[in-house]
Amino acid sequence: MASQNRREAKREANGRKRRHSEQVEISTAKIEDKEVMDLALQAGHILLENGAEIFRVEETMDRICRHYGVQSESAFVLSNGIFMTAGSERERYYAKVQHIPVSGTHLNKVAAVNQLSREIEEGKYTVLQALEALEQIKHMPGKRKGMQVLASGVGSGAFCCLFGGTASDSACAFAVGILLYLYVLYVAAPHLSKIVGNIGGGALVTLLCSLAYLLGWGLHLNYMIIGAIMPLVPGVAFTNAIRDMADGDYISGSVRLLDALLVFFCIAIGVGMGISFLGRITGGALL
Amino acid sequence: MRLSLNFIVEIAAAMVGTVAFSVLFGVPRRYYRYCGLIGGAGWAVYCIFSNVCDSPGASLAATMVVIFLSRLMAVRERCPATIFLISGIFPLVPGAGVYWTAYYIVTEQLRKAVETGYLAVKIAVAIVLGIVFIFELPQGLFVKLAGGKR
Repeated sequence: MASQNRREAKREANGRKRRHSEQVEISTAKIEDKEVMDLALQAGHILLENGAEIFRVEETMDRICRHYGVQSESAFVLSNGIFMTAGSERERYYAKVQHIPVSGTHLNKVAAVNQLSREIEEGKYTVLQALEALEQIKHMPGKRKGMQVLASGVGSGAFCCLFGGTASDSACAFAVGILLYLYVLYVAAPHLSKIVGNIGGGALVTLLCSLAYLLGWGLHLNYMIIGAIMPLVPGVAFTNAIRDMADGDYISGSVRLLDALLVFFCIAIGVGMGISFLGRITGGALL
Repeated sequence: MRLSLNFIVEIAAAMVGTVAFSVLFGVPRRYYRYCGLIGGAGWAVYCIFSNVCDSPGASLAATMVVIFLSRLMAVRERCPATIFLISGIFPLVPGAGVYWTAYYIVTEQLRKAVETGYLAVKIAVAIVLGIVFIFELPQGLFVKLAGGKR
């Protein structure tokens, strides 16, 4: 309900703005229309690709178009594509479909585009300047790989401690988290599908933690594994799925939820395979 | 309420873990501390509530606190709430439940597997409800709480 209200309020505001800017719009040349639409599409692309929710993507695209005087724009956003058209008696026709494959999450780009759209609304950018700014955001460097690997290790160690592991367990989870993320960055992400990649990740974590356990480095195998699988857990997909559903974007919400559940399931399978494999070769010593 | 050393260590671990995951998701550097605070607050609420109710109930309360703080921070810092809530919610996601379910299935303890799997689903539903409830609150409330400026 709330999201519906929000949308209605937004539409009303747009209507008011439209009436207000009608005179201005006729005088400003429409050569820019195509650039405006490209700008909005590009902004939507960056947002969607980097983990924003559907509602935000649609709203940002609307805002940009309305601000630059394109009134007839309408966008339909799915979790992996944007469909956008414009055109009326007074505005040129424009249509574009863009496929946006699911990739990693870079929340700094989401924040940057959000900031840009605010500044556009405040009138700080011309269309061309905004396009340039967007291009810069697109090529914004992510966190360095070393930093990501370290973060994965620290996160694993911290969560191991959180769920009840001792200091030595956390140290092992830290090491396993680092190795896991090296696997994610250099093996799973470039070469493997999501299913195989996550099964492999779960199994890798289980095998490495068991190794640490058998060597006597860590005391609680379970807590080490729980901590070290955390970097694989699909928190972004899960949270975004729920938010999309709450906003009434059921198609995108269910696709993202399916994605999250699939990953959860694959991690579980990987861990299960690791445990049963070790149970076989150690003759049940681990179980 | 148990305010022991253990409690403090756990909250510190939750804060460190949350910050680590916000690095992983590319949160801008200036927001790390807020992410950490939100994650720590969520876990503190979870610990306190898990003394008085079961873990789905505690997850619900903790999620509501995490989302509330995320939205408040989002208004205050003028950025999307996603930035804070995705990493803040991480300690609450039932990763451990998934592990135990897999473990019990493999070790042929099906009864326990069903129990833990069911509990993990209940926790997930509690998180869903927490997110949905707090996102229903009007934006104006957060604007007011954050100091009335927009």
